[in-house]
Amino acid sequence: MMQRLTILAPMTALSFFGAAGNAFAGGRSEPWQMWFQPAASPVMERIIEFHNLLFVIEVSIVTLVLGLMCYIIVRFNAKANPVPTKTTHNTLLEVVWTGVPLLILMVIAVPSLNLLYYADRIENIEMTLKVTGNQWFWTYSYPDHGGFEFDSVIVPDDELKEGQPRLLTVDNEVVLPVETNIRLLFTSSDVIHNWAVPSLGLKLDTVAGRINENWMRINKEGDYYGMCSELCGINHGFMPIHVKAVSKADFAEWVETARKEFAGAGGPAPVRVAETGAR
Amino acid sequence: MMADQETAVAGGHDGGHDGGHGHHPTGWRRWLFSTNHKDIGTMYIVLSLVAALVGGAMSFWIRLELLDPGIQFNVFGAGEEAAYFQFYNVLVTGHAFIMVFFVVMPALIGGFGNWFVPLMIGAPDMAFPRMNNVSFWLLAAALVLLLVAAFTQGGPGTGWTIYPPLSNADFHPGAAVDLGILSLHLAGASSVLGAINLITTIFNMRAPGMTIHRMPLFCWSILVTAFLLLMAIPVLAGGLTMLLTDRNFGTAFFDAARGGDPVLWQHIFWFFGHPEVYIIIIPAFGIVSQVVSTFSRKPIFGYLGMVYAMVFIGFVGFVVWAHHMYTAGLDVDTRAYFISASLVIAVPTGIKIFSWLATMWGGSIDFRVPMMFACGFIFLFVMGGVTGVALANAGMDIAFHDTYFVVAHFHYVMAIAAVFGMFTGFYYWIGKMCGRQYPRVLARIHFWSFFIGVNVVFFPQHFSGMAGMPRRIPDYPDNYWGWNYVSSIGAFITTASTLLFFFIVWRTLTAGEKVPANQWGEGATTLEWTVESPAPFHTFEELPDMTDKQADE
Repeated sequence: MMQRLTILAPMTALSFFGAAGNAFAGGRSEPWQMWFQPAASPVMERIIEFHNLLFVIEVSIVTLVLGLMCYIIVRFNAKANPVPTKTTHNTLLEVVWTGVPLLILMVIAVPSLNLLYYADRIENIEMTLKVTGNQWFWTYSYPDHGGFEFDSVIVPDDELKEGQPRLLTVDNEVVLPVETNIRLLFTSSDVIHNWAVPSLGLKLDTVAGRINENWMRINKEGDYYGMCSELCGINHGFMPIHVKAVSKADFAEWVETARKEFAGAGGPAPVRVAETGAR
Repeated sequence: MMADQETAVAGGHDGGHDGGHGHHPTGWRRWLFSTNHKDIGTMYIVLSLVAALVGGAMSFWIRLELLDPGIQFNVFGAGEEAAYFQFYNVLVTGHAFIMVFFVVMPALIGGFGNWFVPLMIGAPDMAFPRMNNVSFWLLAAALVLLLVAAFTQGGPGTGWTIYPPLSNADFHPGAAVDLGILSLHLAGASSVLGAINLITTIFNMRAPGMTIHRMPLFCWSILVTAFLLLMAIPVLAGGLTMLLTDRNFGTAFFDAARGGDPVLWQHIFWFFGHPEVYIIIIPAFGIVSQVVSTFSRKPIFGYLGMVYAMVFIGFVGFVVWAHHMYTAGLDVDTRAYFISASLVIAVPTGIKIFSWLATMWGGSIDFRVPMMFACGFIFLFVMGGVTGVALANAGMDIAFHDTYFVVAHFHYVMAIAAVFGMFTGFYYWIGKMCGRQYPRVLARIHFWSFFIGVNVVFFPQHFSGMAGMPRRIPDYPDNYWGWNYVSSIGAFITTASTLLFFFIVWRTLTAGEKVPANQWGEGATTLEWTVESPAPFHTFEELPDMTDKQADE
């Protein structure tokens, strides 16, 4: 607690855009962060780009309304304006404040729909990762690399090593190659979970009986963290996601060791009622 | 059955009374058997105040838990983390249910709706006074059931969205979720009966000359809300019943292993859930419209635009539900439709904002406490509105969905905004309801402390959310500490301000100065200001005739 209070000091030094000004710190939030985590995938880059447009519009609208209210408060309070007007209609004004918002919405809708379709699918898929949500850990399987799979479980606070972030560290991180178009398949063995990694612009429910599909491409090597983003019961806050992005060569090497390590398929895994993976 | 002459008089019809206004049953009979719209309205408001203490305490606990990283208040003791996390989820669930169904709806619709719809349209009472009584007592029973559910076998830790499979019998065995479902069934029945009553009253009991297009905007807002209730609640009831039979009688509507689909629940729930947020906020639109007009001493600007903006919001509210499900794995074209439809809602809400500003423009504005709360409402609603426009975009919602950004958004746009609507209504009408004026200085302190408090709570949550912090978690990675700490400081301010409000209520009732029939002067043109304060037990024994009065022009 004492240590944390010292964090207050640099608060004033932070730019409004928070961590965006810092060097690339790795895919998790910084203290006092006010903005998105730095983008590490093309989808997240476009999300931030689109949000920059939206943010200008949002701030303009709030400023306009707040400005008008301040003006009204000063100009039309009972002291400044003792006799009220009787104006209750102005057709032109009403047409304008209906029409202009419509135009603004069109300015928003076009890039929004572009982003939606871009984030949904991509061609030239190079590999597949299957993610299964469980109460309360993730199971990752690599159907294109021999179909090995393993569980990824949170490391409790008292077993953390130096430098490992609390509530974000797992025993087996999911290792993936950079600059590769990866297909992601999501399902669940029990309740609905949600696999989310903010810096990669990814968030999709895992639902039993369904396979949801998405894709990602990681721009550069690093550690990217996320947390379950759908209320899934008692330990909902304790099933983190750790994506370790490595070079393609390192990934190939890792696959070789992982195939041996996880050859027993899964280890102490619980019952998986919705298992449909490629074995 | 009713031997008591006095009770019969209160039965809604005039019993040939010559005794006048004070002639009504006394003691517990007056309340338990009440068929008087004012008494029932008062009971709704009291229920709302009681529930607000419970729901508010729950949210304060949540903010205290999130004040620092780590687990702060494990009341179950070390080694019992699971029980505490379940309890935390119950708090999250209970806070939402209580605030939505037992604080905001009773205050705005049951309370102010009951009190002022008949007064504003010049009706002696509601159309179905006994059904009105049933509506209230069903809701009281529902609240008791919900509280019982919270303390039964671990409680419902499902979130207010009750998504299966988490809410089905495998993952929530025990009676807690069943009791919760039954509680919602009762609350829903209460709401539907109340809605039927309000619609019938407004359609059939307007005073002569009170045409539908002369009706005050508050009555319009209640009319639109009642229709939303009538159409949305049965859908929830259907879904809840399916869930209940899934849990207890072996059906498989939402069980994937036996051919059902959990996502079906999400569609049903949000088909109710999205109109529900308009059910909460539209009555607040109505109150704010009355107050802005009264204190600007001007008729409302663009009355018809205001009316049909509300109608349009209500209509579109039924076709945008899946924007709550952008990460559920919906087909991309479906999401494209829901983006477009959701964005359209910005247009009628924009019309309302600008019409309020235009009503104030050129006015001679008296910034009394109700007007301050109305201005606060407009600001909060705009803040939440623009983030809503952001969230409507499915592509970008990937970054926001289920983060604290969403928590900030919906608290601004409908939760805190609705509470500001309640306070606006309270300060505006308390003189009419109890005949006494609120303490002015304390009320101003209440406004400023509450306004600052809620902004300190919720504004930093935009930052936590953008940084990626998920909702509904009892602990968070240490780097999220800063803005959570600030947010929790806001919770202290808000809680203190809420307690001050209860003190103000007490001071008003015991020591407030007496007010005349029309305490607000020439700006207050609606019919409730023509009857004395406090409003007598029976009003409009002779119907007011509005045929000569010109509409607002």
